Amino acid sequence: MGQTIIEKILSNKSGKKVGTGDIVVAAVDFVMGQDGTSPLAINAYRAMEGQKLFDPSRVALVIDHSSPSPLEGVSNLHTLMRDFSRETGCKMYDIGDGVCHQLMLESGNIGPGSLVVGADSHTCTYGALNAFSTGVGSTDLAGALISGKMWFKVPETIKFVCHGTLPSGVYSKDLILFLIGQVTADGATYLSAEYTGEAIGALSIEARFTISNMAIEMGAKAGLMEADEKTFDWVKRYGGSGFTAVSADPDAVYAKVLEYDVSGLEPQLAKPHRVDNVAPLSELAGRPIQEAVIGTCTNGRLEDLRIAAGMLKGRRVSPDVRFIIAPASRDIYVQAMREGVLETLVLAGGAVVTPGCGPCVGTHNGVPSDGETVISTANRNFKGRMGNRNAEIYLASPATVVASAITGQITDPREFVSR
Amino acid sequence: MEFKGHAHKFGDDINTDYIISGKYKFKTLDMNELAKHVMEDLDQDFYSKITAGDFLVAGRNFGCGSSREQAPLAIKYAGLSAVLAKSFARIFYRNAINTGLPVVECDTDQIEPGDELTVDLAAGVIHNMTRGITIAVKPLPPVMLQILNDGGLAAHFRKYGEFKLDQEENDGL
Ligand code: SF4
Repeated sequence: MGQTIIEKILSNKSGKKVGTGDIVVAAVDFVMGQDGTSPLAINAYRAMEGQKLFDPSRVALVIDHSSPSPLEGVSNLHTLMRDFSRETGCKMYDIGDGVCHQLMLESGNIGPGSLVVGADSHTCTYGALNAFSTGVGSTDLAGALISGKMWFKVPETIKFVCHGTLPSGVYSKDLILFLIGQVTADGATYLSAEYTGEAIGALSIEARFTISNMAIEMGAKAGLMEADEKTFDWVKRYGGSGFTAVSADPDAVYAKVLEYDVSGLEPQLAKPHRVDNVAPLSELAGRPIQEAVIGTCTNGRLEDLRIAAGMLKGRRVSPDVRFIIAPASRDIYVQAMREGVLETLVLAGGAVVTPGCGPCVGTHNGVPSDGETVISTANRNFKGRMGNRNAEIYLASPATVVASAITGQITDPREFVSR
Repeated sequence: MEFKGHAHKFGDDINTDYIISGKYKFKTLDMNELAKHVMEDLDQDFYSKITAGDFLVAGRNFGCGSSREQAPLAIKYAGLSAVLAKSFARIFYRNAINTGLPVVECDTDQIEPGDELTVDLAAGVIHNMTRGITIAVKPLPPVMLQILNDGGLAAHFRKYGEFKLDQEENDGL
């Protein structure tokens, strides 16, 4: 019987052929923790009487969620991480380096066939590089830090086949929001997702990251794609090598196969307060917004900033809108600076914050006030997510966010974009 | 393990941001402090309504969203003895077992807010004393049971130094 991508990776990493429902203990290639989860993982490591890391060169800690620290409590937790990194010899990414997931994608350590665990739910992002990567909690992470292994139940897979071509002004973010709306927030719980079809193949690797990033918003354990030339180009650019593509067998068995033609898709938004509360833009156009955010591990990449700058050249955002930009990594920040992208955004009225999570999770950097509406490129719009339960959050593509920032109300980007 | 208490009921898709908001979880590792803010964005006075031993009862997909382990810990430290839900998100489910918070999959439509319950984990059964009915519990997967019986994953590692999960027992899951 044929195997899905995740069955193959888990077979390779556990040293025997496995199938759906099997419990496996598999070797992990890389382990990552961020500042919201690592302190508890360090506690758990001590509770487990951990003596040393399985391999310090395969472990990274990242300060990105509250970065730079806004509070003394946070500062102390950051110091705990720095001390742990010194003690164990693992890699430490500190303030200004960027969002953990972007840093992992840029590390060269992760590529086709890799198995990665991260103490952050959006670790599934690396699925776009044909890696099985998934989010775990702090105690599981500590187990991986010590043993270099993790236990998994081999999941069934739901396959999304996307045909056609995305129209101009419609992006991978619109596509994944649409798919989440179709299957709902728990439509893929305990399942792996595979995204395939010519519409996926046509996307840049950065646009693919956006799709795999949000696999968790349908409850999935992984959001996998096949590897192609773009995948290997990306890995090579960051010095990675020695990876082998893992493809699903033609006779692999799926829990479900869902096929869509994306050619007629219009821009999509997730409405408050659920990511699967999705509507096409035409139903929402005209709603006033007060804050617009470009950034996060979903859409803070160079391609996203370029789209924003392209639309804002010679324009300004509405005086009634606060426009916040958080580049996803130092590398992206520098590139955007060199290309003049940041200059355009800042002259248009934007405020650039430290590379990292920015205002995504409500710790600082743009907490909305009571009764305000935010439009953001992030992946979650739960009540209180950005630090105020009395604010509303809409999720959209960078183009939709920028179009809305210009007019001060939810606006179709196709009025501004020509591709 | 048998628990007795009253039901606090919530709906479907309760995410980890609702269980414990990001703005608190970054501040401290003091779980007693975090516990005071449990479910605050849905019910501002929730913490003060809890009597030790009570149950958190919810619908589908409980614990979706982030991987924060502060979520099961905040529930535990708030004095709640278990979470009863129709289904759980996978990271939350693992985190709960790893940190020793019992999570019980069952038909929660048979429980109303304030109902008095006893939950017998060993026997796998819930008695709804208020309504005089018995509710069946979906058994925990053997691998989870093994970790729970070892006293959580940290205790498991103290004992074995690695993931020592009996494959044979887990076949047929
Ligand atoms: S950007 Fe937002 S979703 Fe991504 S890792 Fe940071 S807090 Fe999480």
